[in-house]
Amino acid sequence: MLHQLSWKVGGQQGEGIESTGEIFSMAMNRLGYHLYGYRHFSSRIKGGHTNNKITVRPTEVRSIADDLDILVAFDQETIEVNYKELTEKSVILADAKFNPVKPEDSKAPLFIVPFTEIATELGTSLMKNMVAIGATSALLNLRTSVFQSVVDEIFGRKGEEVVKKNMEAIQRGFDMMSELLGDRVGEWELAPADGKRRMFMIGNDAIALGALAAGSRFMAAYPITPASEIMEYLIKKLPKFGGAVIQTEDEIAAATMAIGANYGGVRSFTASAGPGLSLMMEAIGLSGMTEQPLVIVDTQRGGPSTGLPTKQEQSDLMAMFYGTHGEIPKVVIAPSTLEEAFFDTIQAFNIAEELQLPVIIMTDLQLSLGKQTTEPFDYSKIEIRRGKIAFDELEPAENKDYFKRYENTEDGISTRVFPGTANGIHHVTGVEHDETGKPSEAAGNREVQMDKRFRKLEKLNFNTPVYTNAPHEDADVLLVGFNSTRGALEEVQERLTTEGVKVNHAHIRLLFPFPSEEMASLVNRAKKVIVVENNKTAQLANILKMNIGGHNKTHSITKYDGTPFLPRELENKVKELLD
Amino acid sequence: MATFKDFRNSVKPNWCPGCGDFSVQAAIQRAAANVGIEPHELAVVAGIGCSGRIAGYINSYGFHGIHGRALPIAQGLKMANRDLNVIASGGDGDGFAIGMAHTVHAIRRNIDVTYVVMDNQIYGLTKGQTSPRSAQGFITKSTPGGAIEPSLKPLEVALSAGATFVAQGFSTDIKELTALIEAGIQHKGFSFINVFSPCVTYNKINTYEWFKEHLTKLADIEGYDAQNRELAMQTVMEKEGLVTGIIYQDLETKSYQEKVPGYSEQPLSELDMNLSEGQFNDLVKEFM
Repeated sequence: MLHQLSWKVGGQQGEGIESTGEIFSMAMNRLGYHLYGYRHFSSRIKGGHTNNKITVRPTEVRSIADDLDILVAFDQETIEVNYKELTEKSVILADAKFNPVKPEDSKAPLFIVPFTEIATELGTSLMKNMVAIGATSALLNLRTSVFQSVVDEIFGRKGEEVVKKNMEAIQRGFDMMSELLGDRVGEWELAPADGKRRMFMIGNDAIALGALAAGSRFMAAYPITPASEIMEYLIKKLPKFGGAVIQTEDEIAAATMAIGANYGGVRSFTASAGPGLSLMMEAIGLSGMTEQPLVIVDTQRGGPSTGLPTKQEQSDLMAMFYGTHGEIPKVVIAPSTLEEAFFDTIQAFNIAEELQLPVIIMTDLQLSLGKQTTEPFDYSKIEIRRGKIAFDELEPAENKDYFKRYENTEDGISTRVFPGTANGIHHVTGVEHDETGKPSEAAGNREVQMDKRFRKLEKLNFNTPVYTNAPHEDADVLLVGFNSTRGALEEVQERLTTEGVKVNHAHIRLLFPFPSEEMASLVNRAKKVIVVENNKTAQLANILKMNIGGHNKTHSITKYDGTPFLPRELENKVKELLD
Repeated sequence: MATFKDFRNSVKPNWCPGCGDFSVQAAIQRAAANVGIEPHELAVVAGIGCSGRIAGYINSYGFHGIHGRALPIAQGLKMANRDLNVIASGGDGDGFAIGMAHTVHAIRRNIDVTYVVMDNQIYGLTKGQTSPRSAQGFITKSTPGGAIEPSLKPLEVALSAGATFVAQGFSTDIKELTALIEAGIQHKGFSFINVFSPCVTYNKINTYEWFKEHLTKLADIEGYDAQNRELAMQTVMEKEGLVTGIIYQDLETKSYQEKVPGYSEQPLSELDMNLSEGQFNDLVKEFM
């Protein structure tokens, strides 16, 4: 009996590989399994190898599995590209149509199943995916009826006949596979799950839902991988809440439109990836200088330039730290789980309004697009804080002067007033300005306003800047990461702990302002520090060293080939550094 | 009710004496008073350049943004508060060079914003370089041998981009210009108003006298019909864009806001931000 299943389906892009994974995952989710998915895809609509790897467990799954138990192949390329992940206990299920060949050094047996032939017999070759799902369920010793509710949901609107045919395809695949397995039936049975349903979503869904729960009713965005799902979700949902999404002509318009809408009094944001963020740098400066709230999501992908648009990377860190000319206060946060992505989005909107500055939510492709299960988000934990705003008509200012929108207050935070409010008239400008917003180049005023803007950061109210699992006072090693490497690091910590290594783990969730105090104490408690990140130049390690020192004991593990870290490769690299 | 004086503030413009922009400012102030709004019900969003400073010279909410981006800021603002009167403003460099993409797409999108371009055919604040509106052969610091590129034709661009309101004014004719801006504010949709606003310091060709000699009032053209798009295009081409008045107005097409499904009648800035527990749980269940 398996305690974890790692299943992968692969073929040519546009062949329904994604939906095969989707149907399989949905059924497993309904049985109460925990899931973690990763899609390998290319920047093209049709053609090119694509695969969907799903890790299934009756207990919490934190990362993609190292190995593969079942590989479902719709072409020879899928076998060639992926067979190295297979072990002697694994199995390849391949469509008879392409005359599959088992590579000489493949440890796993090959089962040839006529997926396409069976599907064609039933009416359409499109259903070959369903036959494959049926064959998978025979391997796992699952009843085919577990797919009924999913098939009803997906094909229901196409009519009863289509539902029936698809269920028949699943059954035929099941029967054929059972026959092929003979007395090996039950070998790949998965330990039962608790039957409890969980949310099954991608990070982008969690962010979009977070924006909705935070009260954002306007979004301006330009499509880009891997961020588009955020706008697509809100295009569906916002009309139900009176709001709107505008697909702009470019990312410059997206960010500045969001600034305009925030100035108008509605929580607004945009979402993009590296290339879009490069275009938004000027707007980020405008938001900082004019003290207009702005939330931007940066779903990192492989850079530079167009880079690796559909691949994992964490290389925008320095750009988010330092991006935009001149100096402005800003906040950069980096969730590492679905739940954090949801609640951090709400936090981002709160901070943007409370401190009146740009807040960047950084994710990476693996977190944004990896589909995972998570416990339903807790409604009672949603909190909206808007900071200093004058909603009602104000008293007329002395001498008919403008309202002091940029009043030099003790905490640096001045009261916002939205256009349309009587006696609230003031000027907003990206030029250095006085307390009423009128342009002023006076040296004294410059310092006052600059200090005022930066003073606001002292009032930053961010819940849990660093996620820690640091049980050791004198750890052999402190593992440090951000965003989606969290699960792989947790896994490594667990494995090394069983081998007697004292491992602490810190995942940095607030990148700017950097949580120096907290990180310094963690670094001090460890003999070695290993910073793990998906980029070439060890950006996080450099930021860590820049802020708290520890140069002589800080080491880096970097990876920039476009794929996420898997626990075993990480474990081996950590061990090398510990020797 | 507010008069045009209520739209004046105490800030002294830093424009050169004789600059066309003074009259544009006065026309906006008069138009705002004429349509019967209060200063706090108006927001002027401007770009960068001499003209961009206008947002600070009118007693209204004012947003002086970044070069070329007045329109997206103005559109975002209007989407946030549909009850607010939003005027975007800037120069020909702002609207037709760095911000050209926004101009064309704002016209296509048709959000109810009035866009007033102060067109002086030169870059003034940077001290005299060529603009997309400079005539071919125009000698400037950046085109010492004369401008090579042909001048951009904003009226033709606007008409072909699907504008629902296109007008052109001349800054000395404050009366006509005020009427054009008024009509623009009242138009339900995006209104594009190009204004010849001479730069007395750096443009010695397109002077007040030059415009007086070359401009034709559409009102003086017999049979001109501003609701006839073909006629508008034909007239603009024949007169090489040197006309003033309402060039084209489409009274049928609805504004963007009226077309967006579900978009609230009440300003978004006034909506309840909280999801009820029931609403939230329904959204959560969709992922289960």
